[in-house]
Amino acid sequence: MSLPTPPRHREIFSVVGLDLERAGQVSTEVQRILRRLGVEPEVVRRAGIVCFEGEMNIVLYTPGGRIILLVYDDRVELIFSDQGPGIPDVELARQPGYSTAPEWARELGFGSGMGIPNMEANSDRLEIRSRVGEGTVIRATLFRRKGEAAGNSGKAGA
Amino acid sequence: MRLREVAELVGARFLAGEDLADREVRAGFAADLLSDVLAMVREEGVLLITGMVTAQVVRVAEVMNLAGVLFVRGKLPAKPTVEYAASAGIPLLATLHTMYEVCGILYNHGLPPAKRKPLPHENEPPHPAPP
Repeated sequence: MSLPTPPRHREIFSVVGLDLERAGQVSTEVQRILRRLGVEPEVVRRAGIVCFEGEMNIVLYTPGGRIILLVYDDRVELIFSDQGPGIPDVELARQPGYSTAPEWARELGFGSGMGIPNMEANSDRLEIRSRVGEGTVIRATLFRRKGEAAGNSGKAGA
Repeated sequence: MRLREVAELVGARFLAGEDLADREVRAGFAADLLSDVLAMVREEGVLLITGMVTAQVVRVAEVMNLAGVLFVRGKLPAKPTVEYAASAGIPLLATLHTMYEVCGILYNHGLPPAKRKPLPHENEPPHPAPP
């Protein structure tokens, strides 16, 4: 076991709940930062999708939260945390099509029950910790070199 | 197919990014659910055909590196959304045609469908009804 290496780059964004005008802003900013750091285009693309879904979840369902971007030599991590209502059944939320979205969110083109499945399909590891009434923390890991995580980026096709 | 040809075929006008009218469109994808766009579109350079006019459509176009967005049914996004698209280099077009008509016209003229990404659990049985 080698010592854990510190991230090459770290950025913290705050996300305001229900702020639909700015929703999505963090995702495009994250992509810009990753591109600037020379992260592989395929990882930048997946990170954008993961971040967008995570960001929309915070905006649509919680009073607010934050997104932490960690860039390592071998991976990119995105950590989403909020003080929202929590997810009562995480396994159910991982299933495509399962949604608790209110009507107004669906009218905006969201809430089709693809948020967490999308995050899962575009990351190599997705850890969800949630407590009802307290909030949710999701950590998405995207590996930058193939083979290091058992080549899980093809998971969507499994 | 170039964006310019798309505009001519479906009688659309550019709301933003007319300077990018020569951009090549590789394929088309039509949806009103943005999550479906994020879930299913695998390639870049895709034209999104949608009736959804929220600010997030442009964000999705940016995140997914789409060729542009074509709004159907005469729907128009708000001015700040158009301005943001212009600044982000995302061409926006608008037509009075319905989504079905637009898809038919473009498909008939050889614009292929975007390669579809299989869903994570596509081959599994449907999930049980929520409690």
